[in-house]
Amino acid sequence: MAGSIKDRVAIVGMGCTKFGENWEMSADDMLVEAAYEAYEDAGIEPKDIEAVWYGTCWSGETGGPLAGALKLQYRPITRVENACATASDALRNAAYAVAAGVCDIALAIGVEKLKDSGFSGLGSAGGIMTSGVRPNTTAPGNFAMMATKYFSRYGLSPDEGKRMIGMVSVKSHHNGTLNPRAHFQREVSLDTVLKAPIIAWPLGLFDCCGVSDGSAAAILVRAEDAKKFRPDPVRIKALRMSVGNEGLIRSDYDFTHVESTYQAGLRAYEEAEVKNPREEIGMAEVHDCFSITEAVTMEDLQFSPRGKVKEDIESGFFNLDGGLPVQPDGGLKCFGHPIGASGLRMIYEMYKQLQGKAGPRQIKNPKLGLTHNLGGGPPACTIFVGIFGE
Amino acid sequence: MAGITSYGAYIPLHRLPRTQIAAAWGVPPQGGEKAVRNFDEDSITMATTAAIDCLNGIDRSTIDGLYFATTTSPYTERQGSTIIASALDLRSDIRTADFSNSLRCGMEAVAAAMDAINAGAANSIMVTVADTRIGAAQGDFEQSFGDGAAALLLGKDNVIATMEGSYTMTAPIMDRWRAAGDTFVRAWEDRWTLDEGYTKMLPQAAAGVLKKLNLEPKDLAKAAYYGPNGRRHGALARRLGLDAEQVQDCLFDTVGDTGAAQSLMILVAALEEAKAGDKILCVGYGNGADAFVVQVTDAIEKVRDRRGIKQHLAAKRPIPSFEKYLRWRELVTLEAAARPERIPTSVSALWRDTMSVLPLYGSKCKACGTQQYPPQRVCIICKEKDQMESVRLSDKKATIFTFTHDNLAASADPPNTVTVVDFDGGGRGIFNMTDREPEEVQVGQKVEMTFRKLYVDRGLHNYYWKTMPAIG
Repeated sequence: MAGSIKDRVAIVGMGCTKFGENWEMSADDMLVEAAYEAYEDAGIEPKDIEAVWYGTCWSGETGGPLAGALKLQYRPITRVENACATASDALRNAAYAVAAGVCDIALAIGVEKLKDSGFSGLGSAGGIMTSGVRPNTTAPGNFAMMATKYFSRYGLSPDEGKRMIGMVSVKSHHNGTLNPRAHFQREVSLDTVLKAPIIAWPLGLFDCCGVSDGSAAAILVRAEDAKKFRPDPVRIKALRMSVGNEGLIRSDYDFTHVESTYQAGLRAYEEAEVKNPREEIGMAEVHDCFSITEAVTMEDLQFSPRGKVKEDIESGFFNLDGGLPVQPDGGLKCFGHPIGASGLRMIYEMYKQLQGKAGPRQIKNPKLGLTHNLGGGPPACTIFVGIFGE
Repeated sequence: MAGITSYGAYIPLHRLPRTQIAAAWGVPPQGGEKAVRNFDEDSITMATTAAIDCLNGIDRSTIDGLYFATTTSPYTERQGSTIIASALDLRSDIRTADFSNSLRCGMEAVAAAMDAINAGAANSIMVTVADTRIGAAQGDFEQSFGDGAAALLLGKDNVIATMEGSYTMTAPIMDRWRAAGDTFVRAWEDRWTLDEGYTKMLPQAAAGVLKKLNLEPKDLAKAAYYGPNGRRHGALARRLGLDAEQVQDCLFDTVGDTGAAQSLMILVAALEEAKAGDKILCVGYGNGADAFVVQVTDAIEKVRDRRGIKQHLAAKRPIPSFEKYLRWRELVTLEAAARPERIPTSVSALWRDTMSVLPLYGSKCKACGTQQYPPQRVCIICKEKDQMESVRLSDKKATIFTFTHDNLAASADPPNTVTVVDFDGGGRGIFNMTDREPEEVQVGQKVEMTFRKLYVDRGLHNYYWKTMPAIG
């Protein structure tokens, strides 16, 4: 396939901070933590880094803050911003540079410091000045409208619908208890989820991911060089992005799926030569900013048939011991969502799982791991889908 | 003969029983209830809604002027009538003027419009009047003042009530006043203001117009005159020489003293019941008095499909609490929501977007026929570039495709209900929803558009459209 990234680039080192209310750490501190863990994991020195793709939404402008924090002076550093898909896009750009042969060792790193805002929700919505007439929706409000429509379209009563998406959160919270780097590490019962205060109807508190600080990093080299760094590198099989912005204009958008996810998935499966995603993908870390987002993503990625994800959720298909474990690390649900870091945090879990180093969360021989990172809100989404393997 | 060619009115949905106000402060209740504007309404939005009611079935391009009368304009330097004219999608080569600073400013606007029409300077002028005055806590005005609006279309063609004649008198009496910057209405002693002002001057103007027209009070089918409260309004009937059945209810027990809007709201209520040949007296009061007499024609039967006073009186909902009333009036200081501050509004961007914001224009692709909102350069369906024509969406009904009730987003009437709707005829948009009961909102529900104030940013009152449950 012309232009395919498949098997051309490998990840040879990764790092990830603890995610949470990291009151004691600045963005710089977290960049240092994530980068130096990745250096050590790859067995390299800071001086070996030739170029950096540095992802952050609100915690730094230009590559300058990265150069300052890591003392990587006078190298090419690109600051990447693609909303919640920022970190995945940093890795995608770094991978293409390595594949092009313009650098041998590249660093992709993402960071976000959200908890200095003084707010419990997202602290800033960015600042393009407009006529200001669009409704003052919030992130939960935007995704809640998918849940409303999903319930309506598939004939679920509010109670049935809330149970369906509630089970998504219960599953992720269980996985989070097995992860010392997660922000939330406790079980929640379905009853607790259903009785929680409503944030944006029909989404309650536990349908929403947390807000936290964090950073994650990856070292990329050409696939043929990977074994020089470590015996168990993880190869990139597909990197696909799909950006759409038409659903609020087109009356035929159904609000029960994210077309960009479907499109990115199609192309990623083609690039990775995956014929049957439900059977071949061994684990997935998807963008569960809200429980409903994870539910419809299962359908958009063709893990579940349209309108049928409820059956798979109820049967435990996506549980850690199920047919296709999803969010084995606890997901955004338990890690929270430091905007510019989450995409690389997903890839960190996938990397550890493929190497068999996920400890009590270890999935038996996952072979192919998928990560899905969503920027923006429905129906205008910027989607990254990556597939990785041995 | 020129006169009234159409009428309309608006009364906000919410009502506050006066016993509730009285109970809050331990003062005697005045009886009845008052109409209370929602937090997103003001005199401009209410006047716009009354004008829309008045324009039902009328070609908006035929209107040559828009006069807006109020004592509660949100701006002291920016014309409210231009905002209303744009929201109504009237032509730009029309007369606009704001009439203010007196409770009879609506009557003055009618007189000015009639003068322009009779002089041949205009064929058709819309007068729309609204008020939303506030009385200080525990005072009489807090209970008596209500909110509302009326609109009259005046012109030469299709006249439903001919303007027979008018009378005006002016007096610099300081019975009630608000100085620049005052929030609450001040007044001199009640007995003096009513005895020397209202009770003397209003009959003087009424008698003036009747004399001019050689009419006796018995010739009148109805008298629609201002009343500061029900008792004084009723007592004035004897002075005017009217029998009880000639007196049009002044809406005090149901709406309240709506200030500048009141006399014309009462007139609209009278017109709703009037039959051809009826003579109706209308009198407004404030720093003098204005009176006119109209005679109803057969054509009135053609403008019956109005919400007017009657339908708006019937459609009502109690405001959930007195505290909510204080909040909507911004009379209490609330703990600020722990949310990021709103991004400042760009006035230049707002100006550029005027057509898509005020008259709510979308675009329709001439190549494939698809309607889209906001207006697009490149068609979302067929991708043709710059093949668009404008289409007004503010007068279209729509259907809720999906919605949420957002508790996180700031709102003076939480939860913040957001709807994605599909317009009849095509086009989709996302709008806040207002005047709704959250538990009644449903996918598939029919909605209509209502002109509202979104927020105030550094003195910029940002007006836009919201959805509300469709009426009828």
